[in-house]
This record gives sequence, structure tokens and C-alpha cells, in this order.
Amino acid sequence: MASFGKIRWISRSISTLSSPPLRICVVGSGPAGFYTAEKILKAHEGVEVDVIDRLPTPFGLVRSGVAPDHPETKIVTNQFSRVARNERCSFFGNVSLGSSVTLPELRELYNAVVLAYGAESDRSLGIPGEDLAGIYAAREFVWWYNGHPDCRNLDPDLKSTDTAVILGQGNVALDAARILLRPTEELAKTDIASHALSALEESSIRKVYLVGRRGPVQAAWTAKELREVLGIKDLHIHIQQADLVTTPADEIEMKNNRIRKRIYELLSKAATAGQGPAPGQRELHFVFFRKPDRFLESDDRSGHLGGVRLEKTTLKGDDELAKQVAVGIGEYEDISCGLALKSIGYKSVAIDGLPFDNYKGTVPNLGGRVLADASKDHMQYETGLYVCGWLKRGPTGIIATNLYCAEDTLACISDDINKGVLSSNSLKPGREGLRQLLDSRNTRVVPYDAWEKIDLEEKRRGNLKNKPREKITTWDELLEVATE
Amino acid sequence: MFISRFCRLGAHTIKRVVNAPTLTPRTSCSPVIYNQYLGALRHELFSSAATKLGSEDGNDEKEKINVTFVDKDGEETHIKVPVGMSMLDAAHENDIDLEGACEGSLACSTCHVIVMDMEHYNKLPEPTDDENDMLDLAFGLTETSRLGCQIIAKPELDGLRLALPAATRNFAVDGYKPKPH
Repeated sequence: MASFGKIRWISRSISTLSSPPLRICVVGSGPAGFYTAEKILKAHEGVEVDVIDRLPTPFGLVRSGVAPDHPETKIVTNQFSRVARNERCSFFGNVSLGSSVTLPELRELYNAVVLAYGAESDRSLGIPGEDLAGIYAAREFVWWYNGHPDCRNLDPDLKSTDTAVILGQGNVALDAARILLRPTEELAKTDIASHALSALEESSIRKVYLVGRRGPVQAAWTAKELREVLGIKDLHIHIQQADLVTTPADEIEMKNNRIRKRIYELLSKAATAGQGPAPGQRELHFVFFRKPDRFLESDDRSGHLGGVRLEKTTLKGDDELAKQVAVGIGEYEDISCGLALKSIGYKSVAIDGLPFDNYKGTVPNLGGRVLADASKDHMQYETGLYVCGWLKRGPTGIIATNLYCAEDTLACISDDINKGVLSSNSLKPGREGLRQLLDSRNTRVVPYDAWEKIDLEEKRRGNLKNKPREKITTWDELLEVATE
Repeated sequence: MFISRFCRLGAHTIKRVVNAPTLTPRTSCSPVIYNQYLGALRHELFSSAATKLGSEDGNDEKEKINVTFVDKDGEETHIKVPVGMSMLDAAHENDIDLEGACEGSLACSTCHVIVMDMEHYNKLPEPTDDENDMLDLAFGLTETSRLGCQIIAKPELDGLRLALPAATRNFAVDGYKPKPH
């Protein structure tokens, strides 16, 4: 018995030695994509990995999500650059899954495809008035100030109102609040998009409300970001003492969770520190236990936002006590505002031919192997198809979360490689095949060294203005600079 | 004996040359890698196996402490770290697999290490708010966790043992473990 097994093992090893090298395509060049590519390259000598992205610029949300005043968080792109410059890795920018190349085509060209294209859409509140002008998803607002070409012309009106309401209490909400309230002289030294800087310099917004359904203990932000926003120069912070009263369930949540506890302490300190705002001082109001009931139309401008109606909530704990949900109690109050940002979560986009769980906004998978159908009746995998990052887990976590996510997905890939699941008799077309296909469709591919031209040009322009870079924010100009 | 040392040196240099353009060295620019070659050359030619023969150049004169990294599979790597160097830099100089996404700027938690001896943990200066903020987000956080980029080698830490935390599955920022999809 044992010797038969050994013979099989030996013959399998010999066959992997003699079978052609594997070629894998990663769709998406953000942290999930690059960490996955890096780990595949490291674990499997001889495997080639190609990373495609629909933008001419790589790095996903590290470039278009991380706030301009958080440059240290972007340092990880150095590591991703080293991956891209590896000779077994090729970056294909300006290649869109769905329009430049389809998923079935990619699965033909490569032994395996890893989908790491993140979440480029938004959860919606589903309340009346959501389509009034002046209401944006936080994602759009963030893309706008970070110079993403898709939101270049967002043109949010920051001049006809003094109040912005941000719904949601995570780090994205804090980023948006901070960008709206920080002195623009400070923002001018960052890589913020210049169209956003100009708009902010003329902004009349002086008050920002951060509104959450639940309490300070449940808020999703983290300490560094909260500490930062509480420390903004000349900003009046308003937190109601009454909101800081904790329930026994809150105490349990804090006991089990170091972050929750430290955040609660930060907020408590900020609440006691306050007097009223000085005249002309900008204000940041933390509003807890309120959920949005509807958006109200402005009396002066038809079709435009005039305010938000909020319903007071109370917390009801579920059986485990660790998770409390907000329940409306039928009392309402309004906040007048001309700008509202929904920061309630990103959502992934489905594509043709890909199993998709619409409720969760993720691709059904087990540990990173894509399941052939969303029901769990029988575990059937889509051979050679994997997911990583937000598309796999939902839009939560930090950049480093993808490190571990990539390790999990790699474990599945490695397992499948070792079992011969991904092998084929002949070498897959891989990058040559992809290039041919894209050429035949006149796609202007942006390889890594072309992105480096964009990178250099942005840094050069930034240098003239004392900024780390001056982002190029239109599709046309990005492609022009890349291909000159 | 000297010949064998030259052979080892050659192999070492070739290994460095081959490894340099690929993934493993975490340092970001070639001048640093070049200096590593020089450092490696000096180390190979002028040091003996167990003890440092001082005085060939400034680097060798600096006191070094013994540090052991233990990876998640229990494998141990023993290295010598000059006083004043961070554990993150020391790990990278010795090809130890410690992530350092923000390259030591206290903007991530990927260089998280677990100090294995309470005695050594207590000899470290208290973490700053900034470090604690990042530790909040570290995966597999323990009572004796610190960021590798903030542990600076000093003589009292000789014999320091650092464990790399086990990779954990899909932990959300607040430690909540989601059920598999």
C-alpha cells in the first residue's frame, strides 16, 4: 500500500516537473491583488503572475482611498512596486474585466484567475429623497479629492451651505470630515487633487455632523484616526455627555475589545473638554443613536438637499450580548444641511458569468476558492477561479487584513497546484495571449513602466507646488502621459 | 580553511546577487543592497564563527545582542543585532519574513512581534499612543505584543526571543471572527 502511494507521489512530482509552468492572472492591483501576486511568486518558482487593472494607475484604494494627509499609509506601494518589477510579474493597466477582456477569455488564457477587484459601488440607505442633489456616497467624495478619473467631475457644491451631514461612523467618515474641516493650508502640502483643493478653499462648510445609528462603543472607527480628528487645530468638538452612558452590554463589548475601550476613552475625554464653540470656529458634532429616516428637499432649491430627518434609536442586545442593534423609537429630529455623505459601506460589483451573493455583495467562496453556485447544498468549486480581498470578505478591514486574506487564498491555490488541479497539457497563452487579444481590440495597455512615467510626471508637477505629487485626474491625460 | 571560507563567501555573494532583484530583500533601493553586499563581504572575511574579532571597521566595534526569531511553525532563527537597530531592520537584514508595510513609520501593524519572555518585555519602554493605536489593529495580539519597528536593540535585551504571530483567518479589525461565507 505504502509503496503504491509513493509511486503515485513520485510520478506526480515528475509530471509537475515536466508539465509546463503555470500562469496566473490577478484582476485588481490594490493590496489584495498585489499581496496575492507577491505570495504566489514567492511560493512557486517558475509561476508567472500577471496583474490587470481597469485604471492606468495601480494600487487601488492605496492611491484612491487613503486620505491625502496620510502619506505613511501609502508607503506600502514601495513593496507592491517591487512585486510589479519582478520579471515573473507583468502589470496590465487600462484593462477592464468585462469590456477589454471577459472572464471566460481570461480563464482560457491562464491556468488560474484570482479576482481581487474590490468594491466599487455602495450600499444604499433605501430611504426617501436619496436621489436629491447634494447627496453623495462617501466613496465618490473620497475618489473626488483623491483625483480618481471617474469622479473628476463630481463637482460637489461646497459653497451654498455651511453644514454637511455624514451618515456612518467608520474611518472613511472620519476621513471625509477631516478633509472638509482641516485648514486648507495644511491640505495644500498633500497630494490632494488640485480641483478638490480649490473647491475646499472656497468652501463655506463650517459644521460637520457625524451621525451613527448606535453608540460610541459600537462606532467602527479606530483610535489613530479618531485621535487625529479630535486634534485638528481650532476645531470645536461636540459630543453629548448623555450619549456616553454605557449599558451592561456595552461594558462587555469593551472588556472583550481593546479598540472599543480605547475609543470610548478618547471620546469621553473629548466630551468633557468642551466649552461652546468660539465665534467663527469650525465645528464637528458626534451624533449617536440616530438613524436617517429621510432626506428633505430644500425650500429654496428644488431637487436639492435641504436637510436630513433622523429617528432616535435605542440599542437592543441579541442573545450573545456582544452585538447590539439599533431600533428606532419613533421620535424624530431634523438637521439642516446642503451636503450629505453616505458612509455606510462599499459594495462590490457583479460581472457576467460570475456567481454573486447580492445581499452580502461578495462572490460565494470557501477560503478563497469560488463556489459554483451561491447555495451551500453541494460544495462545487469553479476550477481555477479564486477571490481575494473585499470581493471575498466584504468591504471591511485595513490594508494589512489583505495580507492574511492573500495567505488564505494562496493556501487554496497551492493546494490545487500540488494536486494537479490547475495543470494543463500545454503552456497556457498567458501574457503573450492576453497582449495579442488586447492588441486585436486596440486596447491601450499601460504596462508598469508606462505607469512609472505617470508617476514621475505627477511627482515633477508636485515638486513645483511643494506637494509630494500633483495627481493627473483625467483618463485622457493619464493615457497620454503613459504612452508618450 | 581560508579557501573554504572564500568558497562560502563566493556562494554567499552569488546568493545575494541572485536574490537582490526579486522579492525577498525588503529594502527599497539598490544603494542599500549594495551596502549589504559590502557588509556581508566584511563579515565573511574578517569575523570568526562564534565571536566578533572587533576593530576592522566601525560596524564591528558596535556591541551586538543575540536575538532569536521564532516563526509560526516554531522554527528558530538566531541573529546578532547591533545596539540601536530596530528589530524590523534586523529581521530584513537577515532575510526573516517580517512584513513592514509602512517601513517603520508607525502607520501599520504588519511588523507585530510577540516578546516571549516577560522579563525582556518589561525592559522595553512603554509603547507610545501611536504604537498602541497600531497595536490595536494587530492580528493575534497578546499581552506581550509590540511592533518590531519600535523595539530597539540595547544590551539589556541580549537573548531576546520574538515570536512571529500565527497568521489568523479573516479577523476583522475589532477581532470579530466572521462565519465562513
